Amino acid sequence: MIEQKVVAPEQLFSEAEREEQFITGSEAVREAIKRANVDMAISYPITPQSESMHLVGDIFAEGYIKEYFRGENEFAVMSSVSGAAMAGVRVFTATGGPGTLRAFETFPTWSGARLPIVCAFLTRGLNSPLTIQPDTLEMAYMLDTGILMLHAENAQDLYDMLLKAFIIAEQPEVHIPVGVFADGFFVTHTRDNVKIAAEDIKLPPYDPNMSPVPAMDMETVPVRQMRDPFVMKSNFISYAAHASWQQEVLAAGERSRKHIDRLLGGLIEVENEDADILIMASGTAVSQSREAIALAQAEGLNVGLVKIKSLRPFPAEQLRRLAAGAKAIIVPEFNRVGWLSREVMTAVEDTTKVVGAPRVFGGMTMPPQLILEEIRRCASE
Amino acid sequence: MSKNIFRISPGFEDIMPDEYKELVESGPYGKDLGVSDMGTFKELLEEHPLCAGCGLALSLRLILASLPNPEDTVIVGSTGCSALAFPQVAVHNIHSLFGNQNAVASGLKRALKLRFPDKVKDVVVIAGDGATADIGLDMVMQSWFRSESITTIMLDNEAYANTGGQESGMTQQGAVMNMAPKGKNFPKISLPEIAREAGCSYVASISPAQPKRLEKMVRRAILTAREVGPSYVQIFSPCPTNYKFKPQETVSRIKQHQKEGHYQTKEYINTAAQEYLASIEEGKKNE
Ligand SMILES: Cc1ncc(C[n+]2csc(CCOP(=O)(O)OP(=O)(O)O)c2C)c(N)n1
Ligand code: SF4
Repeated sequence: MIEQKVVAPEQLFSEAEREEQFITGSEAVREAIKRANVDMAISYPITPQSESMHLVGDIFAEGYIKEYFRGENEFAVMSSVSGAAMAGVRVFTATGGPGTLRAFETFPTWSGARLPIVCAFLTRGLNSPLTIQPDTLEMAYMLDTGILMLHAENAQDLYDMLLKAFIIAEQPEVHIPVGVFADGFFVTHTRDNVKIAAEDIKLPPYDPNMSPVPAMDMETVPVRQMRDPFVMKSNFISYAAHASWQQEVLAAGERSRKHIDRLLGGLIEVENEDADILIMASGTAVSQSREAIALAQAEGLNVGLVKIKSLRPFPAEQLRRLAAGAKAIIVPEFNRVGWLSREVMTAVEDTTKVVGAPRVFGGMTMPPQLILEEIRRCASE
Repeated sequence: MSKNIFRISPGFEDIMPDEYKELVESGPYGKDLGVSDMGTFKELLEEHPLCAGCGLALSLRLILASLPNPEDTVIVGSTGCSALAFPQVAVHNIHSLFGNQNAVASGLKRALKLRFPDKVKDVVVIAGDGATADIGLDMVMQSWFRSESITTIMLDNEAYANTGGQESGMTQQGAVMNMAPKGKNFPKISLPEIAREAGCSYVASISPAQPKRLEKMVRRAILTAREVGPSYVQIFSPCPTNYKFKPQETVSRIKQHQKEGHYQTKEYINTAAQEYLASIEEGKKNE
């Protein structure tokens, strides 16, 4: 194994000196995992995620990770990942698009079993017809799996969010999985300046004894128990146990808010919050919105930006408060269903203010002019 | 694990449930007890909700009594009738999903090796025939291809029992079952042969009608997985409820099937496993 010094998370995240590197999003994944003190990683290829897990394999060969292998498909990989997490190690994997859906049955079991797994979802459109283009449609399906969902705008976010995700996931009062989402290609395959800590430091190791549920290792008694509450047919006690457990998993997600606030500086970031028109966006749609806002300001239009970093938990209260003072809320998205505008609508009081546009999908880019047109329309109304 | 961990902390004796106190006082952990000692110790499975006469329940009791190292064994199960008994099993056990047991076990075993490099932690998969030979076959075989150090045990009741008696890949050809209204139209899957070809070092098929041989095979399978390579045991465990015979007929029915050749006791041990097992079994004899 490579020698790295264990440092406090705060030191790795902010105090330690950072060097700027011009790297791709996939390389940012590698750099985060290098410093995450991950015990084990399991992989399966799918574009645009493959390269990230190639690079994680490389750092396994270099001695940064103790165990790494390619599983037989995404469902199996996510199953093996859950076995590893149940045995009490820190484990990482990544997937995207059809891979996410192939593995789908496993995600609610991760949160149900209170496993602090970190998974990168490098999003891609869903078949059919076949596509490898970026699209965030898969995120709509993930919203109700019980896992926490962070959405990276760029490679810097991806690096920071991945590292912080381990610490958020492993809080004893949280202890559920975190998915870090990044828009495929736009983030994974493009280069950006990313500030990263030195590679000879790493996070403290995961301590399975801090888990609210015992590791499956025959080291904790009593042993006449099964980790997951089990539904016996027609048994009131098991109905009650299962229902309260579901509530507990949701409550664990809620308890992550203060940790996300502390580590990520909040579930949202706001610029110019008093503007009449607010754009609420997540992922690379935030960058496109920034461009559009610059164009709008040149035309004398006053527009604010709300970058939503955490989708689960959802910053509903904050969005409701911000929306109350705005005339219009524009929600640009890289998918056709508009799941984010639906989410925003559940939060705001006056849903008629919400403009679910523009939407591009099938891997199309989002020219800032499309957002600018919506801004102009809202301004003239 | 250290046997001391089972000691009840002073002052807590009164509030521990009786069944737990019994486990501490007369459980099999660390005692090298086996099938022929049954009745003299607190078993690892009790008060399960499976049907009267269930072949799975009988097999499961025998498997658990045969574990060479129950204090350091983790079991991975799957959805199906046996899963309903698992909450009553006194070793750590996982129910994850239907069919993904060998993938879960792969991750678990590798992680336990990382955390406890100097200890033996046995990982034993125990699942139904549907979970093993149908929905999970891909993951079962791939775990063998990858030479994962795990033992896979199939409780073969030749049906999906938990969902009401549908045909499975392990049902005998011609049997009329739910979802096979005109009779199953392909032969029983030859999983022991597949296991051998897929890289298992030890493969056996047996039934609970021969408890001593079953014990020997389960132990051999677990010891082989520890040191040599993956192992597979298939246990004929008929289901009185779905095959509609009387609960008290389970064992006689097994014997009848075996006599007619529908179910054969078999054992395959590759050279490396033979050498390893001979060395430890020889050692035992000389003790
Ligand atoms: C993905 C999925 N499909 C279907 C089911 C429903 N199901 C539960 S148990 C079972 C059959 C189990 O058969 P087998 O593995 O042979 O075990 P047995 O019940 O016979 O012991 C099925 C189909 C499920 N739980 N999950
Ligand atoms: S249905 Fe069959 S296999 Fe299931 S518990 Fe009853 S007897 Fe056993």
